[in-house]
Amino acid sequence: MKAVNSQEAIVKLVNLSKVYDGKAVVNKLNIAISPGVFCGILGPNGAGKTTTLRMLIGHCPIDSGELSVFGLSVFDNASKIRASVGVVPQMDNLDPDFTVEENLHVYGKFFGLGSLELKDRIKELLEFSSLEEKANSKISELSGGMRRRLTLARALINKPKLLILDEPTTGLDPQARQAIWQKLRELKKQGLTLILTTHYMEEAERLCDRVIVMDHGEVMADAPPKQLIKSEIEAHVLEVHAANEFLIEELKQDKSMARFEHSGDICFFYGEKLSHALDVLERSSHDDYLFRPANLEDVFIKLTGRDLRE
Amino acid sequence: MNKLSNYQLFLCRSLSIWSRNIRVWSKLAGPSLMGNFGEPLLYLLVLGYGLGQFVGEVEGLTYMTFLASGVMCTSAVNSASFEGMYSAYTRMEVQQTWLGMLATPISVGEVVCGEVLWAATKSLISVSAILIVSTVLGLVEDAFAILILPIAFLIGLCFSSLALLVTSSAKSYDFFLYYTTLFITPMVLLSGVFFPINTLPIAVQWLAQALPLYHAISLVRPLMTGGEVTFVFMHLSVLVVFGVVAARIATHRIRKRLIK
Repeated sequence: MKAVNSQEAIVKLVNLSKVYDGKAVVNKLNIAISPGVFCGILGPNGAGKTTTLRMLIGHCPIDSGELSVFGLSVFDNASKIRASVGVVPQMDNLDPDFTVEENLHVYGKFFGLGSLELKDRIKELLEFSSLEEKANSKISELSGGMRRRLTLARALINKPKLLILDEPTTGLDPQARQAIWQKLRELKKQGLTLILTTHYMEEAERLCDRVIVMDHGEVMADAPPKQLIKSEIEAHVLEVHAANEFLIEELKQDKSMARFEHSGDICFFYGEKLSHALDVLERSSHDDYLFRPANLEDVFIKLTGRDLRE
Repeated sequence: MNKLSNYQLFLCRSLSIWSRNIRVWSKLAGPSLMGNFGEPLLYLLVLGYGLGQFVGEVEGLTYMTFLASGVMCTSAVNSASFEGMYSAYTRMEVQQTWLGMLATPISVGEVVCGEVLWAATKSLISVSAILIVSTVLGLVEDAFAILILPIAFLIGLCFSSLALLVTSSAKSYDFFLYYTTLFITPMVLLSGVFFPINTLPIAVQWLAQALPLYHAISLVRPLMTGGEVTFVFMHLSVLVVFGVVAARIATHRIRKRLIK
């Protein structure tokens, strides 16, 4: 059964490793992604997310293990694989000398597409990315959100079967981000397989069927986002800001508290109900606290720690 | 059959890069032509006229005629070198255009080939312009001068490959000053652009003959003035060998730089 599944996988990593200067950036990864899945990869800076994505398109030689995309080994089929992959890179590399339309045209030519075919395709993509009005605008005249939408449209020029997005919404305002999300959901509906890295938990939670949390080049967790929250962490979090030690000690008496953490002057109490702690807070004069359901960010912090990664 | 279609594919992809670059160029053609063609023309006219008064004839040619072929070759060298250094570095590092290309079926070898073909095209453009002006000025004495154009293209192939080799290890634009100051400028001064190299000490002559520009001029000058072209195969070979070796190493190094 398992063998059949892995054969169907559109992307398959077996014991995949990458070493830079003696340090394993990607460490024996085993991941199989089935067609039609929207897969999010989360992890702190330096977790190995971008390296993994770069390996998928042959932009990073493999040190050990196996990697196949569409059932083809990336080692000797990178160019063939890229013909059916779309890439939205972390850093914009649109052509600043060209208009929106020219950017799509020239990129399509890199795939060997004919001018006639491209004409229709560009029309579709301008519509899809809501850039029809901007077809003849220069890149410098576009907002950050428009640029990202154009980069997304460009990645779709070859009608890819797999779309790889490296932090597609970093630096965008909420409106622009939601516009991208909407496009990505549409693509998912059309049956595209998507792999996305992000630092926004909300993004992963809302978009992805499956979330892989990576750290130090290894998989820390791999499940649908709701299931991750259910299985990896307590139901609720009580955040208490700037409380005195006496109060904290009293809150810790709550029997339903499973875990306690503090970071700076914020204390985090994790548990199912935490009703005793809430009672104590209600009776005290301290009102700077927040009681909320646990979310993906809590899972992320639990799995990867609170230390800064730079 | 399969091998042939692989070569065709390679060439098609390289040409898609070439046509991207020519599309950019066509938007900025005015200032670009000005640089590629205005400056050499000034050298030709000012030095040819000014110095020509003192120098008189060189190797049986008026000084301006002697100088024209040298200036033409230098212009081919400069156009291709600039393209292979500053423009290529911009596309490699600053704009990450190459990484964008490499996310399509295009490979590093095709990027290098496309860039080299384009830089050679720029050499061809500037030499064509100077050749036209030289003809108008009556400096071209032989119809075979038309053969200068493919040679200009070859000079472009050779020097853009060398420039890309420099670019493959560049950390910033400033790095290119080493190459222009320590290699290009001395080569231009010593290769017979401004005066015949037989006035130089013998060791310096050997040095000049070891570099490709001397061989380019040895081909272009007689073609332009109706002189006898000698050692054609050797001169062409030097340009080809420098170009091919540089392009191969450049490809290897750029691959190591981008695919890591």
